[in-house]
Amino acid sequence: MSKLVRSLTIPFSVLLIAAVGFSACGGPSGGTSSSTTVKSASLTGAGATFPAPLYTKWFDEYHKLTGVKVNYQPIGSGGGISQIIEGTVDFGASDGIMTAEQQSKAESRRGPILHIPMTSGAVAVVYNLAGIGSGQLKLSGDILADIYLKKITKWNDPAVASLNPGIALPDAPIAVVHRSDGSGTTYIFTNYLSKISPEWGSRVGNATSVNWPGDIGGQGNAGVAGQVQQIPNSIGYVELAYAEQNKMSWATLKNKAGNFIEPTLEATTRAAEGVILPDDMKVMLTDSGNAEAYPVVGFTWMLVYVNQADKSKGETLAKVLWWAIHEGQEYTGALGYARLADSVVTRAENQLLSIKYQEQPLLSR
Amino acid sequence: MITQGAGYLRRKWSSRAMLILSGLGAGLCILILALILGYILFNGISYLNMDFLTQPAKPVGEAGGGMRDDIIGTFILVILGSAIALPVGLMAGVFLAEYGKPWAASAVRFAADILAGVPSIVVGVFAYAVLVRPMGSYSALSAGFALAIIMIPVVARTAEESMRLVPNSVREAALALGIPRWRAVVGVVIPGALTGIVTGIMLAVARIAGETAPLIFTALGSAFGYQGLDQPIGALPLQIYRYALSPYDDWQKQAWAAAFLLVIIVLGINIVVRLVSRRRRR
Amino acid sequence: MQNSKTMQAPSHKRGNSGTSGARRLGDRIFFNATLIFALLIVAILIGLLIVLNMDAMPAINKFGLAFLTDSSWDPVKEVFGALPAIYGTLLSSIIGLVIAVPVSLGAAIFLAELAPRWLSRPGSFLIEMLAAIPSVIIGLWGLFVMVPVIRNPVESWLGSTLGFLPLFQGPPFGVGFLAAGVILAIMIIPIITAVSREVMEAVPDTQREAMLALGATRWEMIQKAVLPYCRSGLTGAIILGLGRALGETMAVTMVIGNSYAITESLFSPGVTIASKIASEFSEASGDVYIGSLVELALVLFVITLLVNIIARLLVWRMTTVKAVIG
Repeated sequence: MSKLVRSLTIPFSVLLIAAVGFSACGGPSGGTSSSTTVKSASLTGAGATFPAPLYTKWFDEYHKLTGVKVNYQPIGSGGGISQIIEGTVDFGASDGIMTAEQQSKAESRRGPILHIPMTSGAVAVVYNLAGIGSGQLKLSGDILADIYLKKITKWNDPAVASLNPGIALPDAPIAVVHRSDGSGTTYIFTNYLSKISPEWGSRVGNATSVNWPGDIGGQGNAGVAGQVQQIPNSIGYVELAYAEQNKMSWATLKNKAGNFIEPTLEATTRAAEGVILPDDMKVMLTDSGNAEAYPVVGFTWMLVYVNQADKSKGETLAKVLWWAIHEGQEYTGALGYARLADSVVTRAENQLLSIKYQEQPLLSR
Repeated sequence: MITQGAGYLRRKWSSRAMLILSGLGAGLCILILALILGYILFNGISYLNMDFLTQPAKPVGEAGGGMRDDIIGTFILVILGSAIALPVGLMAGVFLAEYGKPWAASAVRFAADILAGVPSIVVGVFAYAVLVRPMGSYSALSAGFALAIIMIPVVARTAEESMRLVPNSVREAALALGIPRWRAVVGVVIPGALTGIVTGIMLAVARIAGETAPLIFTALGSAFGYQGLDQPIGALPLQIYRYALSPYDDWQKQAWAAAFLLVIIVLGINIVVRLVSRRRRR
Repeated sequence: MQNSKTMQAPSHKRGNSGTSGARRLGDRIFFNATLIFALLIVAILIGLLIVLNMDAMPAINKFGLAFLTDSSWDPVKEVFGALPAIYGTLLSSIIGLVIAVPVSLGAAIFLAELAPRWLSRPGSFLIEMLAAIPSVIIGLWGLFVMVPVIRNPVESWLGSTLGFLPLFQGPPFGVGFLAAGVILAIMIIPIITAVSREVMEAVPDTQREAMLALGATRWEMIQKAVLPYCRSGLTGAIILGLGRALGETMAVTMVIGNSYAITESLFSPGVTIASKIASEFSEASGDVYIGSLVELALVLFVITLLVNIIARLLVWRMTTVKAVIG
């Protein structure tokens, strides 16, 4: 034993020393700058995967500006919700609204919880049809629901053809691809289908993961994109940034006003302007009434307790988020996220102003 | 059994055919590895440079950026996991191979085999329940614990199998010299089985170095590098997982580069451990 | 067979020389230390079962035994059953083993018995490297490189030549049980190969020489002298590989197609227990939903247990039959 232990301790201790040395020589560069100032609070947050690239960018910029360290890690919206309830993180993030059960659990432990919108995202309907380019295929919500319900099974179905005169739709079965992992993207997509199609609402419903009537499940955006790109005559849905970055063909969707709209950032932002926004911001933006709005859109929220237990952390958090809904919005477009509409920013401001420590508000205008 | 003439020829040819088939098996394995590594390299080559090793991660859209913090994190987690798993796995292996009474050994062997089949994500959920939730924070320590659970059965079972194959005559010779049983095990059986034990350890290290699922619930990830064993920590597979599934081409390339790097790191550890263990054996 | 090798526990009462007291103390300490660490494995397993059982309670209470026979998975209406996942887990693992075992054993034989040292060392190294590639990377490779190959030519060829069998019917999507089985095989080949090679190399050369001296060919020598000698080790290797296959998540999820259904065709999309848990756990909400995912993990425990028992019985049968025949 001892011989073996000795023989193994050497390589491992070499590695350990290497690792520690590595981190030590990496440390000072970040350490010296902040050691001169007062040690600022650091925050940990976790949750939704969809806005993670934007949040990472925000917190990196904010760190450069103020020295405040905010560690955000994408573990999924469900994870964000359960971690903020458990109290293992300072803030959560989610693409979905907490259920009544979750909210009462959170409230019983730490009081009311805010859903503060940070950006909004659109879900693009993508397809693989030979000879039909991006934006050429027109679909409506009820046709999309019927395709996903497997009631429309062929591309040249009269319903699809009537929306697309002049396009040669193949006489081929539609291979329907959905997300297999639980996700906010699925939540927004099924929320839209539930609003449009009563049959979808009663048979399948609205959740991060549902009982799909048909065909293939892809793991993550990459999984869905991979299937759609490979399987001829397939249809799927991915978040807008993914479709954009990977140059996938997307459909224009008929919105509530009857216009066919392409999924763009502008059309995503518009969605918030056709929906009655409650003060608590717990609202889905799907099927917006705005004439220029893309119909499959949702907010993504930060989950923050109204009553903060730690004054300096609470103050830092409120300031970071204030920065995010104002200056932070400048970074949205370049990364493929939609800006918050002005009406949304005003409401989010009010939410942030309500954050308190021992009944004292932590921010003031 | 031994015949001359046609029978012998047939046996000779069938032998040759089987041996060629086994060579094809080996060739196939290497081919698959080459295909996968080639694909990884093809996709990640643009990021394999010094900055990738020495720079911290950068947000998407900014040029450069590396995986320094995650490389360090992976080393720390592998060492933590090994520090917990090696004593447990090796001693359990000794027990199974050298002392196990039938019923006790069966129970332990069963437990180890079943543990080896537990999906890693479930191990993560377990570590979350027993360490993260009670401590109120994600931590490197909880991740090391989760990785150790994945490592233990592999180490224990391979150590057992290797030690069993040390011929009994060797043990008897040692005991006949009058040395105590435990010294025979430590001084004769374990060195005799060392290459097998090291293979098992390396398989386990390779496995945990590339493991993502349990880290999501324990290590969480860190944007600011190593902050202490009781704090969240980043790791290569975690970053690979997140970058690979992200929409951005830039991040996807980094994920492939990191995957290649991870394989190289494991290869490096493998070579170092083997060289040292072989030298010790002499 | 191997039990004859393990010497009696250190409670042997023969030491009666002068130093026996100290010697027995040392032996006892060492024995107890190994025992404690060994029992720790059992303790971890029991701890795991307790924690999982607590989390699964809401689902166990709601569905009872019907959970095992129900084929629905509806998070909206909160109706859950495990049958398609059990089926997919077994089917994909079997395909994986059917492919991996011959390839791994062949590779191990080549590396341990045939290849010269300069070839066998780096060869073993390389194969072990395969084990270090993260699951998600293998999965993405599978999705973008392997699945297109499986769709065409593999599945279209199987469909046109063996299409009369229900196994090979239906549209060739590429993703499905077959793809999952192949990816699992790739993931378990390194572990089976490495451990098998190791146990083969440990077979004493006297065994081989005796066989060759009798006039046996190389293959007969391997078949009759090497393989029987290390049967228990080879079984251990396969069981370790099977364990990995049963519990593999990300790579399988990427290529299995994730359809919660039971179909006999290897081409059709399916699901495994581990992939279902990994896909949905982080976004699941509600006690019954989370409980059902955790109960799936418990079901996987039971499957692993049963598979282990069966494998052991098989080895035991084979070895006793061999011993009787002679």
